Amino acid sequence: MELAAEETITSAEAKTTRTVTGSVALLDGLIAEGTEIVFGYPGGAIMPIYDAIYDYKEKLTHILVRHEQGATHAAQGFARTSGKVGVVFATSGPGATNLVTGLADAQIDSTPLVCITGQVFSHLLGTDAFQETDVINITTPVTKWNYQVTDAREIPGVLAKAFHIAKTGRPGPVLIDITKDAQLQKFDFAGYVPCNHIRSYRPKPNVRKEYIEQAAELINAAKKPFVLFGQGVLLGSAEQEFKAFIEKTGIPAAWTILGAGAIATDHPLNMGMLGMHGNYGPNVQTNSCDVLIAIGMRFDDRVTGRLDKYAKQAKVIHLDIDPAEIDKNVKADVPVWGDCKETLPMLTALCAEKQHPEWQAEFKALAKIEQEELIDKELFPGTGELTMGEVIQHLNELTNGEAIIVSDVGQHQMVACRYGKFNHTRSNVTSGGLGTMGFGLPAAIGAKFGAPDRTVVAIIGDGGFQMTIQELGTIMQSGVNVKIIILNNQFLGMVRQWQQLFNDKRYSFVDITSPDFVKVAEAYSIPGKKVTEREAIKSSLQEMLQHDGSFLLEVMVSKENNVFPMVPQGCSVSEIRLK
Amino acid sequence: MSTIKDSVAADTKQEFTITVYTENQIGLLNRIAIIFSRRKINIDSLNTSPSEIEHIHRFNIVVNDTEEVVRKIARQIEKQVEVLKVYYNTNDEVIWQEMALYKVPTDVIVEKVFVERLLRENGARAVVIRKDYTVFETTGHREETDKLIEVLQPFGLIEFVRSARVAIIKDSEGFNSKLREFEQKEPGQEVIEHKIPTEKDKALTL
Repeated sequence: MELAAEETITSAEAKTTRTVTGSVALLDGLIAEGTEIVFGYPGGAIMPIYDAIYDYKEKLTHILVRHEQGATHAAQGFARTSGKVGVVFATSGPGATNLVTGLADAQIDSTPLVCITGQVFSHLLGTDAFQETDVINITTPVTKWNYQVTDAREIPGVLAKAFHIAKTGRPGPVLIDITKDAQLQKFDFAGYVPCNHIRSYRPKPNVRKEYIEQAAELINAAKKPFVLFGQGVLLGSAEQEFKAFIEKTGIPAAWTILGAGAIATDHPLNMGMLGMHGNYGPNVQTNSCDVLIAIGMRFDDRVTGRLDKYAKQAKVIHLDIDPAEIDKNVKADVPVWGDCKETLPMLTALCAEKQHPEWQAEFKALAKIEQEELIDKELFPGTGELTMGEVIQHLNELTNGEAIIVSDVGQHQMVACRYGKFNHTRSNVTSGGLGTMGFGLPAAIGAKFGAPDRTVVAIIGDGGFQMTIQELGTIMQSGVNVKIIILNNQFLGMVRQWQQLFNDKRYSFVDITSPDFVKVAEAYSIPGKKVTEREAIKSSLQEMLQHDGSFLLEVMVSKENNVFPMVPQGCSVSEIRLK
Repeated sequence: MSTIKDSVAADTKQEFTITVYTENQIGLLNRIAIIFSRRKINIDSLNTSPSEIEHIHRFNIVVNDTEEVVRKIARQIEKQVEVLKVYYNTNDEVIWQEMALYKVPTDVIVEKVFVERLLRENGARAVVIRKDYTVFETTGHREETDKLIEVLQPFGLIEFVRSARVAIIKDSEGFNSKLREFEQKEPGQEVIEHKIPTEKDKALTL
């Protein structure tokens, strides 16, 4: 089989057919699509595929996770750092249902995944067979596309379609459910042909020149223009085009958490983070700018706060590849639909070269207030309990912004995204839309496989870490080099913060007990260290970064610190609180 | 296609007929249905049928909601991979019909001669006449088919059923030429345009 597999992928012209099983056709197709790594977990209904992959060890790396949810998050981490499609294998029934959280996360965060699930024999469909579940219907709301294969001859075509759909347009997760008989069935395989056109599928709308012109007109006349950018810039690989646009027009820019890193943290026009725990300036200025230019972002409610008081004074220009996003939450005066890789250069060409010194100075003044009232205390506390911010600050100094930072969900996530230094694109991996606790550890594993030459640091809370703690086994077995920082405040901190601020400090089930994380890591042969003193933070981080291999560093931080600034729910972005 | 009447504000609820051209694909009905159910929007009537083109299916979905909601829904539907095109129209912009069947005891009908006149007035016709029961059929708008229920109720209406709405868009030129463009890798602007209707626009297509 090894030999037979080799001949398929060599050339597209070789039209000689050969008899293969559906499983072999699937693996050949994956290789033809450039897949090098699969995150998966075997089981009864996917055994034929696992039998076939036994002969593909040279060409396909398979990472055995400890739970199928971990496979999806690892594939997401891989996709986010590499820009390629993440591939997942899981069996039927519980294997498939365990994918749902990761699929939902990938769907809302536009991450390209191709998930393959095994399914019971086709003659057993609908009989409540062992490990049968209706995975197509369960996953329909959380996939960009899904399909059940019951005949091996469909596999090459369906897989090609799946990759095309997952990675083009607004990317997203795709699931193919393959019955066991289709995996076993032999057929004449004529070779894999990638898909580049589906008649009912338009990955990107045609660019309309008149909208570009209208947008340029508004921008050129603007006194206080403001750019909001999101992950669309990264997904469209339009970082250079974006930089050229803001540099020519001199427009201050702020990011959603998935847009972080599209331009370097210390770029002079980078004014910081948007939204509920974003920076002071960007939130306040949203309600005083005259033209708001949103690029590859979707006006999530965590970004906009109260919608009826959001940027009402501004003309809104919205650049997005997904026409359903235009006018969904915020009405656009000029809808510039299309791929921002194409639309941004067209827009830049029509925009006048400008600087907005006074307007930029307003941002700097607000940044100064935030720095003095809040950031200095968080990053350089000097005395008292340890803060999450100072850990990130030390990390920034040691990595100099070169590391990939993967975060989980909660207070530490906001701190990591706010204060993390990113010199490069595709360096901030986090669960933005779904807010999936447990995302961090498996995503970091995938992130490292996606960017093997870079340092990957996972920053995780004591709560989220315990949701996917079993993936330490994946780290141990695969030998992947992931640095893990647990910021332990002995609470489910974000919920505790809300209970403190809005529920009269009625701390309801947020007091979480943890095992000795260093000992747990040790049991998985991962060295670790626990830090409780300020003096030890820097040296321990250094030790972690210098260690050749994975390392777990637990830092005991203040129990009841809050993340500020904050736009309280139901408030407008300009009502952002510094304390 | 004509615009929504200026007199109808965009935020008032009214009946819209959503016309969806799709590939004939298992599971697509569910994919479309959950776009409504997720937003807790009731589907008043749903019909799926072949279209004028082989292998292309046509959905007619009727909802009662505001133009803004319907437009957003239409965009979400059009985003589905196997959906070719979505239109939405007000009642003024479509010709529509619903078909209804009524089963009544034959003896009553035979005894009461004026029933025949009532049926004729309502444009109904007998589909089946048996010794024990007779089935009438009528086609029309909701009010018309409803009216016949009232008429037949005193005569012991045994069973009643009404079909979903089927609707033709008045200004549509059909889908044949559009489909040929869809099959091209680089189709013309107008076909794949995700147009947002404005007051001055003639089209209500997305």
